[in-house]
Amino acid sequence: MFEEPSPKDSIIVRLDPRIKIVAVFFFSIAVAILNRIPVLLCALMLAFLIVLIAKVSIKELIKRLTPANMLVGFLWLFLPFTFAGKPIFYLGSLPVTHEGVLYATRISIKSNAIMFMMIVLVTTTSIFTLGHAMHALRIPKKIVHLFFFTYRYIHVMQREYIRLVNSMKIRGFRAKTNLHTYKTFAYMIGMILIRSFDRAQRVQNAMLCRGFKGNLYSLKTFSIKKRDMVSLVLTMAIIIVLGVLEWKKTI
Amino acid sequence: MEKNDLIIHLENITFSYPGCDPVLEKLNLQFYRKNRIGLMGPNGSGKTTLFHIIMGLLKPSAGKIEIFNTPAETETDFRKVREKIGLLFQDADDQLFSPTVLEDVAFGPLNLGKTKNDAIDIARNTLDFLGLNGFEDRITYKLSGGEKKLVSLATVLAMEPEVLLLDEPTSGLDDKTRSTLKRVLLDLDLSYTLISHDIDFLYEITDSIYTLENGKILFDQDIHAHQHIHAHPHGAYTHEHK
Repeated sequence: MFEEPSPKDSIIVRLDPRIKIVAVFFFSIAVAILNRIPVLLCALMLAFLIVLIAKVSIKELIKRLTPANMLVGFLWLFLPFTFAGKPIFYLGSLPVTHEGVLYATRISIKSNAIMFMMIVLVTTTSIFTLGHAMHALRIPKKIVHLFFFTYRYIHVMQREYIRLVNSMKIRGFRAKTNLHTYKTFAYMIGMILIRSFDRAQRVQNAMLCRGFKGNLYSLKTFSIKKRDMVSLVLTMAIIIVLGVLEWKKTI
Repeated sequence: MEKNDLIIHLENITFSYPGCDPVLEKLNLQFYRKNRIGLMGPNGSGKTTLFHIIMGLLKPSAGKIEIFNTPAETETDFRKVREKIGLLFQDADDQLFSPTVLEDVAFGPLNLGKTKNDAIDIARNTLDFLGLNGFEDRITYKLSGGEKKLVSLATVLAMEPEVLLLDEPTSGLDDKTRSTLKRVLLDLDLSYTLISHDIDFLYEITDSIYTLENGKILFDQDIHAHQHIHAHPHGAYTHEHK
């Protein structure tokens, strides 16, 4: 469920993780702000090109894109009908508006372009390297800690969940549409919450016993190399070009 | 025993969890340097609570705590206590929170103000001592139960404590990990208290066994000879402990 794939070696794997975070951050902001569909399509293609360079497997890509696109699918169910504008055609008595379709298209392109970049980021960098890079970028300590602990304890919580489900199963529990089922699920969720709370307290105690004073130290050191600078400059240049294209309406 | 050797001194400690009867009532304990004590007692008798009180994780409602001949009351006092007394938790998953083994073992030394390189050296040496070389980059949550327990012990030992408090260290361990643990505890020149239900283990590695019952510690200084039957892989046989 939370498998971390070992990335294929590529130039992107070897980049400094801080550069990757900064690049993805600015690219995402740019894509979120851009509005013209041709420019957005350029951004999408660029993002896909980076996916290819990073040698992300197609299976991996689809696995990670599916949940995001399910959300986008829901938008397609509603946006074309609810957005005010010129109707293109009618579905029964419901008008499908031109503006609504454009809006949904934009959201689809934007979210996929950003997802491409995010996928490249997480498949080419191990989670804890990411955390340390965030720390090195002076992202607030609390966020970095939250990130680390979520990653570390999500497995423990998953195991606890599986234990509870198994103990329900061996006593013959089968989910049906009745009060007993709802009650059991409510108990289970309550149990997981309480256990996580207790666990959090025990972890904090264990940390206090080892002299925790609010700092997590990183044993990793990062170094910026020439290729890191080149990629950063290149990304920034691309973002600026996209911005100019949007602003000048050249395409 | 000399006064300087008195490490942990508890006097009339009373503690109760909200809405419950006191778990510990007017408990007294004197723990000296070089003591190796086993602590037994029924479930819920307050053994873990006692350890947590010594570490300052729980505050007793009454009583006096003196550690290394200094009263310990505030969080600041206990911060110093925690530098010298190491607690091994019952559940290794509580103790190991860093992504990799090396980071987790280096966490304590770094908190004590060691430099990054020193901390890494200490961590590696501790892992070597426990026979865990090659574990540095392993992911903590992917370790087996026994490995987790030993790595937890490494995280505590890396802080070079003078006293160890071990909370049921053998529960769920196989014979091999158990004997590693035994070897490590016997090799170390440390004082320790050990909670366990495993009486054989206690006889092997402690000098005296105390029992915690009804909120008090019963001192059981001379170990009685007793006879019991084990189920061993090679069949049952009896033997005697002195």
